Amino acid sequence: MSAPVNLPRWADVALVPAVSVVAAFLVAGLVVLFIGEDPLTVTRVLIYGSLGNGYSLGFTLFYATNFIFTGLAVAVAFHAGLFNIGGEGQAMLGGVGLALALLFLPVPAFLAIPLGILAAAAFGAFWGLVPGYLQAYRGSHIVITTIMFNWLASILSVYLLVNVLRPPTAMNPETPLFPEASFVPSMHELGALVGLELPRSQLNASLLLALVAAYLVWLLIFRSRLGYAIRTVGANPAAAVYAGISPRSVTVIAMAISGALAAGLAVNELMGYQHRLILEFTSGYGFVGIAVALMGRGHPVGIILASLLFGMLYQGGAELAFEVPAITRDMIVVIGGVLILFAGALDGLFKRLVAGAFAGRARQPVAKEA
Amino acid sequence: MELTGLLALAESTLRLSIPLLCACLAGLWSERSGVIDIGLEGKLLIAAFAAAATSYTTGSAYWGLLAGIGASTLFALVHGFASISQRGNQIVSGVAINMLAAGLTAVIGNAWYGEGGRTPPLEGDQRFLALFDMSEAPRLVQVLLGQSFLVYLALLLVPLTWYVLAKTRFGLRLRAVGEKPAAVDTAGISVTGLRYSAVIIAGVFCGIGGAYIGTGLSAGFIPAMTAGKGFIALAALIFAKWRAWPALAACVLFGFLEALSIRLQGVEIPGLGEVPVQAIQALPYAMTVILLAGFVGRAIPPRAAGQPYVKER
Repeated sequence: MSAPVNLPRWADVALVPAVSVVAAFLVAGLVVLFIGEDPLTVTRVLIYGSLGNGYSLGFTLFYATNFIFTGLAVAVAFHAGLFNIGGEGQAMLGGVGLALALLFLPVPAFLAIPLGILAAAAFGAFWGLVPGYLQAYRGSHIVITTIMFNWLASILSVYLLVNVLRPPTAMNPETPLFPEASFVPSMHELGALVGLELPRSQLNASLLLALVAAYLVWLLIFRSRLGYAIRTVGANPAAAVYAGISPRSVTVIAMAISGALAAGLAVNELMGYQHRLILEFTSGYGFVGIAVALMGRGHPVGIILASLLFGMLYQGGAELAFEVPAITRDMIVVIGGVLILFAGALDGLFKRLVAGAFAGRARQPVAKEA
Repeated sequence: MELTGLLALAESTLRLSIPLLCACLAGLWSERSGVIDIGLEGKLLIAAFAAAATSYTTGSAYWGLLAGIGASTLFALVHGFASISQRGNQIVSGVAINMLAAGLTAVIGNAWYGEGGRTPPLEGDQRFLALFDMSEAPRLVQVLLGQSFLVYLALLLVPLTWYVLAKTRFGLRLRAVGEKPAAVDTAGISVTGLRYSAVIIAGVFCGIGGAYIGTGLSAGFIPAMTAGKGFIALAALIFAKWRAWPALAACVLFGFLEALSIRLQGVEIPGLGEVPVQAIQALPYAMTVILLAGFVGRAIPPRAAGQPYVKER
């Protein structure tokens, strides 16, 4: 039973994740049945609500943008053998950094957007780098430290929003509006520039940034010297030392990159849509990033595909909450949880199931001959 | 006035420590056997929901307690199956447990009661209230003896945990499994069996803690009502260096900080001015980071924690 499972590469990369996705949806279907709704209706509403027209497709892609960023963040750390569950905190700090820069630094208008992105990345990187440093040089466990950093980030942002950044006249814990020059243009505005008529939605140019980030992560991990070092440390830290790679500095660098990527979530949500810093804007996207990275097998292409799926679930789930009031958007959290369980923790089980199916198929013709 | 204030603070410290204590001891059992438990928060939450919902339906908080323990143990078994039988990643499994609990309680709660995931308010026998009527007694006696059954049960878990782990054969074997599973296996004792029992005990303890949150501390379930208590318990476990009595101390300390942060809301302290509530809320997390980084003392987890055991053939 514990013999190493050898599968063809395509099966390992595509079939096993697909099987766990299907299994996760079956479980979600059971939950729907349990609360007395019809899974088929739910599926129809989900698909139509997320892809049915250009408007909903725009929202689907907006959510997918968030997941690409957080999924890439988890994946980069994964390649270095680090389990970064601090995406929420890193994105939150990214939002704080971006807000501080946009509200307090006097910059020419044309620099506002790059400045916001850089500030978000820098703050996110810092919030990832510290746990990385503590693991590499002080021996504390990255998982526990990033959990604690999530809570610290959340408490810090509440403090800043309630006591420091909120204008004295406002009741809500949120900053004033960012300068208009920092608004990331929405896709329908960009489309209008080149004569395309796109439906209005929250979708903004951050999607392009996310795709560029995915390409850069691919270059970094699979085509660069640093990426090679990261993967070596992830596969075998002892061997890395013999190859002249310092696992310590690789750990710190990988966590910084991971944190910077997670902060992309702040760019999409805050500079692309909210145009101010609000409480809890990360709303669990950081954790869903874990499911996205696991499903995408740590590869940027897989992550983009998994992000699209989760984008569909988020947008479809919002429609679902209208159409079937018994089901809230928290259904996505359930599906995310099941997916993390299946694609992450029970990975070996699904591999063996698929391998078993392969072995069964290979044996059949022999049995017929006999 | 001063004294009443102090007693009130002591009482809320006690009440707020109880869920932490249950979860912390749960984590202690699990991690002492070598199974890391990030899913304490999820198990508390699902137990709080199951307890409140069952208690509302049956009218008895005791049925609620049983349901809470059942739900939490079920989740513990999922974690056990993934991390013991399937040798999956224990941390990934714990994260999944947390997300599952957060999602399921909100979805099911909303579907059943249509109040945004809340259960209807519990009253009378649907709640765990004071075991003895102490309303006539002096305040100090009230604080000590006017608590609910679950408070005393949770406090009893401390000597129980200490005794079983330190003094019994089962406890010795369980600790050995967390340090060197191969040795236990060689002695012909089932690593799997020991780890499953530890994980189940963790489920039961979290169930008690969750039931207390849902039916004792407050009158009903509110989505995400555990609000990070499972993670604070994890921090307390590290503080206690995986030992039972220090776990009690750490939980009381963190419970005190929570009680203090509630009391200090908007209060001016002479010489300091108004202390931001967030500064006190952040303390357990910050202290854990500092402790883990070895700046004060060292927290060394059981040696085999997090490593699935592969039997040699």
